This record gives sequence, structure tokens and C-alpha cells, in this order.
Amino acid sequence: MDLSFTPAQTAFRDEVRAWIREAMPPHLAEKAAVDAHFEMSEVMEWHRVLHAKGWVAPNWPKEWGGPGLDVTERFILTEELELAGAPQLSPFGLAMVGPLLLQFGSEAQKQRFLPKILSGDEKWCQGYSEPNAGSDLASLKLRADDDGNGGFVLNGQKTWTTYAQYADWIFVLARTDGSAKKQEGISFLLVDMKSPGLTVKPFLTTGGTPAFCETFFENVAVPGDNLVGPLNGGWTLAKALLGHERTLIAHVGHSARALLRLKRIAQSAQKDGKPLLDDPVFRAKIARLEVRFRSLQTTNYRVVAGAQLGNAPGPESSILKIRGSETLQHLMELTMEAMGHDALAWFNPPGVVPPIEQWVASGFNYTRATTIYGGANEIQRNVIAKLILGLPSR
Amino acid sequence: MNFELSPDQKLLVDTAAAFARKQSPVSRLRELRADPVGWQKATWKQMGELGWLAMLFPEELGGFGASFVDLCLVIEQLGATLVPEPIVPSVVLAGLPLLRVGSDAQKQRWLAPLAAGDVSLALAWAERDGRYDAASVTTRAERAGAGWRLTGEKVFVLNGHAADALLVSARTSGGPRDREGVTLWLVEPSAPGVTVQPIQTMDGHHAAMVRFDGVELGDDARVGALGGGVAEVERALDDGAAASCSEGAGMMQTVLAMTTEYLRTREQFGVKIGSFQALQHRAVDMFVECELAKSMALLAAIRTDGDDADERRSAVSWAKAQLGESGRYVTQQATQLHGGVGVTDEHDVGLYFKRMQVLSSLYGDDEHHIARLGRLPSFTRDL
Repeated sequence: MDLSFTPAQTAFRDEVRAWIREAMPPHLAEKAAVDAHFEMSEVMEWHRVLHAKGWVAPNWPKEWGGPGLDVTERFILTEELELAGAPQLSPFGLAMVGPLLLQFGSEAQKQRFLPKILSGDEKWCQGYSEPNAGSDLASLKLRADDDGNGGFVLNGQKTWTTYAQYADWIFVLARTDGSAKKQEGISFLLVDMKSPGLTVKPFLTTGGTPAFCETFFENVAVPGDNLVGPLNGGWTLAKALLGHERTLIAHVGHSARALLRLKRIAQSAQKDGKPLLDDPVFRAKIARLEVRFRSLQTTNYRVVAGAQLGNAPGPESSILKIRGSETLQHLMELTMEAMGHDALAWFNPPGVVPPIEQWVASGFNYTRATTIYGGANEIQRNVIAKLILGLPSR
Repeated sequence: MNFELSPDQKLLVDTAAAFARKQSPVSRLRELRADPVGWQKATWKQMGELGWLAMLFPEELGGFGASFVDLCLVIEQLGATLVPEPIVPSVVLAGLPLLRVGSDAQKQRWLAPLAAGDVSLALAWAERDGRYDAASVTTRAERAGAGWRLTGEKVFVLNGHAADALLVSARTSGGPRDREGVTLWLVEPSAPGVTVQPIQTMDGHHAAMVRFDGVELGDDARVGALGGGVAEVERALDDGAAASCSEGAGMMQTVLAMTTEYLRTREQFGVKIGSFQALQHRAVDMFVECELAKSMALLAAIRTDGDDADERRSAVSWAKAQLGESGRYVTQQATQLHGGVGVTDEHDVGLYFKRMQVLSSLYGDDEHHIARLGRLPSFTRDL
């Protein structure tokens, strides 16, 4: 049993770290240093930098432009990018529809869509949730009716379509058979955002940043070629996505960065004329959180090490989403506490408050979403109770 | 990175698991609670024959130079059924310091028979009002002619009631809490002036309060350098903490399985109670804590084998603090989910609850390890 990375893996980590320092444009590095919100144009700028290096889609196969990294190297790459505070790439194309097309798409669909996801020429968003289909996703109502010519006509609404306002394409789960059992009448469709009848209404998150949208469909025509997988087989695709890259779901790089930032802030914040970090009570709070972080990180390493050997994900992998999101939230909460009222500034013009104080409150608020998106933690617990602990359904 | 067991380790785990299941199910601890010793010499001998008591020792002492991880794998399996034999007190707390700093004669005298399961040992370090501080020593060893005279009292000496020899920390110079000036001594409980007062602890185990009233010691009873005992005791406590994390991880797995089984079978309101979401989520949180504690136990064991003292200390403190939180959560919720039967002496869950409370306090509780973490150099690295 061995916890250390191999010399080759450590060299790869050093290479990634040095490359990020070198490759990140100064105006992005400046924002990364204070964990500022990145505009979509900046996210895409970073996307192109990573694309040029060949690292934009770490988990894609080589023939489709992936870098051919193994699972541990992919983990290291992601961990280092998160640790550096680099702009987080939009996952909808690279990590969601891309891998699904690789697994279920036709050759023509792969040729048509994958290269532009990779290059960033086409941006994607996700159309899963609806106002009345959140955790109970299978009761979604967006209708995709047969248009009589092998195509579909879409009517209904999607919500939480993050970054729809920037997207060129949306992948949706739509009801193609209203008479079947609810999981069995759903299909997976690709829809051009420029389609007539499709409208997008963005709204702000509590973090004050524009991420969420509602997307409305009114007689939107979708060609039959844009169906992925079998008709009425969309639920299988939706579930397959949950199994992808579970090694990365805890975002331990983000938590590692947040922990280091918390300690730095506590070191510069003053209490009774001394650094807050020297206050034994506050120091103990940080140390408790560090223990939570280390147990998460070590569990994540267990999962990565198992995946590297080609093992199916063990039960320990199922806790990563729950604990990863909760750990990040706890770190943000304690960061707010460390800064005291200095953390309360909200979107002021540059120069009004120090840069480090500009973004903490926004990040703290947005982090509340982490226990909700990607399957709320309560849903994760339902799944573990049933599949791992074998507890009975009602 | 590799968390897989080697074929040898798999065999070790299988052997220990079968031993625990067949020869020492929980009912054995239940019976031995009433026994004045609380463990059995025949079983101890058998553990010696299986090689578990000497794994970490070199070949000439009957061992095979195994890793600390290997020992922890055995301890985890024995923890699953609360096996009461004193492996950690004898091998980890007393045996390893003797191995590290004892003389060849001392090793031959005590470690070779320990390896065979013929004797057991104990480390007498804790004192009243000392809490978890290894330097808080008022027991004195004073020069007396060519030898030394030992005076003082040690508390909660694990296996102190049954040990054939005690490894005792006593001050040879300095004030009551000085880190320098504490020396280790080998003392046989039959020596004139030694009073062993056996006590029971809440987990059904036994220990002892030990008084030394002018016990005469030769210089050959000294273990390691004069005045260098605190570092050795601290190292032993770290090793004990790491071992307790593995024991706790094994216990937690059993408790989780026991609880989910109960949730699957117990009926109320006409349904299995495991179908209630409030209880399902509690069980899932127990599962999460089990996995986290297991990860930390592995990390602590691996780092105990390593050479970097700061990395070892931080890993042990992370793991022990995690054990405190996770172990309490899992055993407390297990009791709650069992309802009334969970607080009866007839049900096993209470035995695990009590042993976990003991483990959470031994070798420093989570509050102690959290405070220590904050003092380690690694805590402020890269700031």
C-alpha cells in the first residue's frame, strides 16, 4: 500500500503547475488571484489556451482530440487547475454532451459536434430540469411531438439552463411518448439555440452573477438527425452521465485552494491586535475543517487509485459529491467568519474595497448551489440508501 | 498511489477476519467482561503462533519485519468483533519503544517471549492531572547507590493489571512538565514496592492504577537514553492513536452493517423502518463517516511507516480527530436507530458504543489532536 504519486506523476504535476503559471494571460491571473468571477468571454479565452495545449478535454479519447492522459494524470491536471483558481470551463459540452455523444452518438453526430465542442466554437447548455421536474426529473413535460417527417416539434419550458444566454446548442430531455411509464417516454435531443420559437430569459444567482436561465420552446422544429440514442431511450443516457468521471466530482482542488486562502486571510485579519490565526479558538475551527478536507481528499485518492487499476468505482466513490460540496460550503462559511464585516462588500466599483474583499461574498453565496446541482445531496443520499445500503423503498 | 492489498495482506486480512468470526465473536468479550483479567492466555499464545505479536519485529526476535500497515489490517479485523486481547498495549505502546531504544538484553528478555505469546506488556505513562501530555510526569527515579529508586503513581495503565513487565516513564531531572529529563524504565510488577490496583473500564476491558513506593531498580532497567523518554512516549502514543483508528474503522463497519440490517427487518406502522427517508439519510451519513474514517486510518498507518515525522504527526492527528467525530456519530446514531434495544446491555450495539467512547479518549481525544494540528509546522506551510 502506497499513498505517494510516482515520480512520473509528480513530474506531470510540476509540468502542469509551471504551464499554468506560464500560460495564463495576466488579466486572468489577476482575477484568479482574488477568486473573481470570470465573464464567459474570459472562460472561453482560457478554453482556447487549454485547447492549444491539448488539455481542454482530458477525458476524451485521443482520436477525438483528447490528450491521452490516464485517470491519475487527469485527476492531477484537474486538481492543479482548480488549485490555481483557473477559470472553470463550462462542463456542458466538454464533460456532458461530448462524452455522451462519444458513447451513444452516431458517427455523423460525432463528426458534426465534437470538433466544435473541443475548439470552443460552439458552446452548449443543458436542458434537463423544468419548473415541476427538479429532483423528480423523470416527470419532465417538455413535449417533442412527431412532425410527420421524421423530425420533432418541441413545446414547453426548461429551467436552470445555466449559460443558455451564451450557448449555441442545448441538449434536452423531452417527452416523446406521453402514454409510457414516465422514465420510458423520454428522448435525448440536440437543439440549435437559434431555432425559431426558442427564447431565453437569464436571471441572476444569489451570487449576483448571471448564470441561470429559463428556456422556452414554442413549436421549435428539431430534425430527426438530432436524436441521440434510441427513441424513448433518453433516460438511459441521462443515467449514464452520472457515471462519468466520478473521480473529479469532489473538486478537491477547489477545497484545497479555499483552505489555503482561509488560512491566509486568518493570518492577515487582526483580532485584539494579533493575527486571527493565532487565536486558539479560531485556529481549532480551521484545523477541524482541515481534517474534514483531508479525509475527503484521501477518500478521493482511494477512488483515483482504484480507477487507475481499472476497478469499478467502489462504494467510497458515492460519498464524493456529498462530502465535496459540503466541505466547500463549510470552507466558504468560515472564510466569511474570518473576514468579519470586511466580507460584506457587494459588487462595488473597482478600488472601493481591496480586491480580496470584492468577491468573497459572491463566492460564498454561489457555493450554496453545490449541494443542489448535479443531483441534490438528498437525492444522492436516497441513491446510496437504496443501491449501497440496500434499504427498502416505500 | 495504491490502496490495494497485496496477496500477503489479503491472506493476513482473511486469517484475522476468520479468527475474529469463529474464535472471538462479540459474545466472547461479553463473557470476559466478568473475568478479572478480561482476556485469555491461550488466545494470546495463539496470536503469537499466528505471528501477529511479532510482525513488526526483526527475524531474530521471532518477527518478520512487516509494516505498520500490516499490523493495522489485523487490528481492524479484530476490532470488528471487539477482540479483547491487549495487542495495542503490549506490542504498540510498550513493544515498539523497547524495539527502538531498548538494549539487546532487554529485547531478548521481553520481546522474544512477547513474540511467542508467552508474556504481555504495558506502558505506564499517564498521571493524574496530566491529561494527554507525555511530559507531565511527577513520578521520580532518583539515584540510589549504583541503581535507582522509583516513586510515584501512574493511572489507567492499559493491560497494567496483567502485564509481566511495565515500561514506566519517570523523571530523572527537571520540573513537572519539562520535556527533558524523563527516562523510561522496565519494572516487573512483582518487584517490592509496586502496587497494582486493577480497575475496570466502561468498554469491558481492564487496566490498572500502579503505585511505586521506592522501587529499587538497577541501571540495566533503564530503557534508552537518560532524559530522552518524552519523545519515545509521544511516538508510542502516536502509534497507539494510529492503531486505534484502524480498530475504530473495523468497529464502525460492523456497527453500520448491524444497523442497516435492523432497518431492513424491523417493522413499524406496517412497513420496514428502513423505508423512512429520515432514517435512510441518517444511515447514509453513518456510511459516509465510515468511509472517511477508513481513509484516514489507512493514511495514518501508511504515514506511520514513513520517515517524515511532521507528516506522520499530522496524519495521525487528522485520523484521530476524524475517528473522534466519525466514531461518535456512527455509534450514537446506531444506538438511536436501534431504539430502546440499543440501550439494553443485551444488545451488542452498546458494547461498540462504549468501546468507541474509550478509543475516542485514548491517546488524545479529538480536541487534543485538533490543537496539536494547529501547532505543527505543516499547518502554516505555504502561507
